[in-house]
Amino acid sequence: MRNMLHIINKSPFYTKTVDTVLKFSKKGSPILLIEDATAAAAAGSALCEAKLGNIMRDHPIYVLKEDLEAKGVHKVIEGIKVIDYAGFVELVEKYNTCSWA
Amino acid sequence: MFIMRKAPYGTIYPFEGLESVLIMGAYEQDISLLFIDDGVYTLRKGMDTSALGIKNFSPTFKALEGYDINKLYIDKDSLDIRGMTLDDLVVQPELVDEEMIPELIEEQDVVIPF
Repeated sequence: MRNMLHIINKSPFYTKTVDTVLKFSKKGSPILLIEDATAAAAAGSALCEAKLGNIMRDHPIYVLKEDLEAKGVHKVIEGIKVIDYAGFVELVEKYNTCSWA
Repeated sequence: MFIMRKAPYGTIYPFEGLESVLIMGAYEQDISLLFIDDGVYTLRKGMDTSALGIKNFSPTFKALEGYDINKLYIDKDSLDIRGMTLDDLVVQPELVDEEMIPELIEEQDVVIPF
């Protein structure tokens, strides 16, 4: 069985989707942060660094470069993998996806 | 699998989710529904939306059986923290917990959260 790629697009300061995904995803399943969820990957927030650091113990985390650039985020939390649209496509080919609304 | 995680009538999400379930049901797909977070509120008994001028869609959940949609699951924890039990709901989904839900989600071919 293929792992599920969990895609999140909401800021952790707006909804608790990040927490929900953490609670309901299997250990090892990758998480991709896009759109407003890129806020979670930005370095500097003690809250996000603690939360993401916690998640990274059990899940690989990716963040979309194009969305980071659009929002002027130039530094992400250490350990998060920055991917571009081509990388996004590769992930979607590799995994089943669950795109959280 | 469809995942319902938002409260009814505040946004269009739960209504659209239910519409999608019914459409897929008409195509005889193997469908399951999982209620988590505020999605458990969509099943609360005794809704009356007449003053809002919006259709109360909760009775539709009772009609899902007619579409052979019988695999309904609900997160026990989401009910607990909202002070609700199965007795408060219009249908009786299977109670599941945070041990079982990740397994349920990951075994699906397609997962559509609303």
